[in-house]
Amino acid sequence: MSGQAKLELIDIHHQYSRGKKAHPVLGGISLTVANGEFVTLLGPSGSGKSTLFRLIGGVERPDAGRILIDGAETTGRRGQISYMPQQASLFPWLSVRANIASALTTAGVERRQAEALAAKWLDRIGLGDVANEYPRVLSGGMQQRVSFLRALLMPRGVMCLDEPFAALDALTRADMQAWLLRLWEEERRSVLFVTHSIEEALTLSDRIYVLSKAPATVLREIRVPFERPRRADVWKEPAFVALKEEVLALLERGGRRTWPMTRICTPTNMRPGAAKHCSPKRSPRA
Amino acid sequence: MDSKIGRWLLPVATLIGAIVLWQLCVDLWHIKPYKLPSPLHIGERMWEQRDRLLAQSGSTLRLALKGIGLGIALGVLSAIVFHLIPVVRAALSPIIIITQNIPLIALGPLLIIWLGFGIAPKLVLLALVCYFPIAWSMLTGLGQADANLREYLAMIGASRLTVLRRLELPASLPYFFSGLKITATYSITAAIVAEWLGASEGIGYYLVLKSKGYDTTSVFGAIVCIVGMALAFYGIAALLERLVVRWRPAGREGGAR
Repeated sequence: MSGQAKLELIDIHHQYSRGKKAHPVLGGISLTVANGEFVTLLGPSGSGKSTLFRLIGGVERPDAGRILIDGAETTGRRGQISYMPQQASLFPWLSVRANIASALTTAGVERRQAEALAAKWLDRIGLGDVANEYPRVLSGGMQQRVSFLRALLMPRGVMCLDEPFAALDALTRADMQAWLLRLWEEERRSVLFVTHSIEEALTLSDRIYVLSKAPATVLREIRVPFERPRRADVWKEPAFVALKEEVLALLERGGRRTWPMTRICTPTNMRPGAAKHCSPKRSPRA
Repeated sequence: MDSKIGRWLLPVATLIGAIVLWQLCVDLWHIKPYKLPSPLHIGERMWEQRDRLLAQSGSTLRLALKGIGLGIALGVLSAIVFHLIPVVRAALSPIIIITQNIPLIALGPLLIIWLGFGIAPKLVLLALVCYFPIAWSMLTGLGQADANLREYLAMIGASRLTVLRRLELPASLPYFFSGLKITATYSITAAIVAEWLGASEGIGYYLVLKSKGYDTTSVFGAIVCIVGMALAFYGIAALLERLVVRWRPAGREGGAR
């Protein structure tokens, strides 16, 4: 990989205070997403994944640590990412097409161009027929397709997808994964994806960061070995099953917090003296 | 079919039944018209005075519309300002609530002392009445926007103005219309009170005149006109709501009540 990472988090710490008690949520997270890479954060519920997204989105500032996009400091700055939440979060008073177009204009796309782009892509994903309908006539899966398209078309460097399929039933979910896989492999955007489904992470990602319970740290970074373009039934391969079992064991141990804390070292956080806390062979895409 | 019977047939039949009963009672006990005129008698009187009633109602209608206009303008504006700057809301809301609790009958003469006999005191009175339901329902609506949508806009870096324009204002529309429906009916009542206090035209003025002359039949005629106008205003507001707030599934009434 040439050049710098698209998104880089360096030693992010964050805590919430409830009453007088402080609840540490993130205990030093470092990770990178390379250009055109699909990276997944996998962790148990309550491991601070959504908090991490709020920090990346600039909605909150981390207590410590830095966030870089294209090598530029964006800590606490909004408007740098596109976002797909767990709930489709479409505006009920806008048509499907206007939902996409208005998000694009918020991101600075000229209005007419935004309308045309939205219409073209809705046709392309087979939702041209419902472009002028209100979102409520769509099924949950179709709403999530629109929501994904909205995130995909925003002219932003990094797409953050926050458990986008968690609210869907199992069949729709498998369907959506295959759909997303195909569309993403055509477009190759830089994606940071959050899930607590191991299969989903292994099916979709180039790399996975496995997180511990709160305060979250990176338990391990896994490079997913299956080639691209990836088949949606990659889960049938023995290597997939083996990897899944490995991650499951890792999460179980991590849940009991017996796993040694590891930290990813990147050139930017390799300060003198910091090196001994890092596992040096972990540098991603070195 | 069942729902249609429940929604239209039943109340209309009850109303017609009550009017027939009224007519029968007046006929049966030979009640004098100055005490209680019969519906037929009222109808006849209204027909005789139709030109006058129409002209007076028109005058009241114009006054009420001015009040609604002022109420919408001031109500929407202050709801937005209060929503964006909570300090202003905290500072002003006690005063505004106090103005809502002064009886119109007491306030009217004061306004005439301060502002004279022209249109000014009437407009102030109407604005005070029409403003409040719209401002307060809309203020509620602005704060009720869906949390998921709010979070989404925050995550994509939308500005405060964009959040207001794209999320809070559309989300408050059902609430605005709830307020408008209340204001629409209040505006007629308030216009009547304003005319009662000092005017040379309008259905309120007509009402005072006939009531002082013990012309009970004409008083009832005026009441019919007033109720008719209030219902019509409510109906128009409800129709506008249906035309504007089209994204909600049918059969779900919403907003502040």
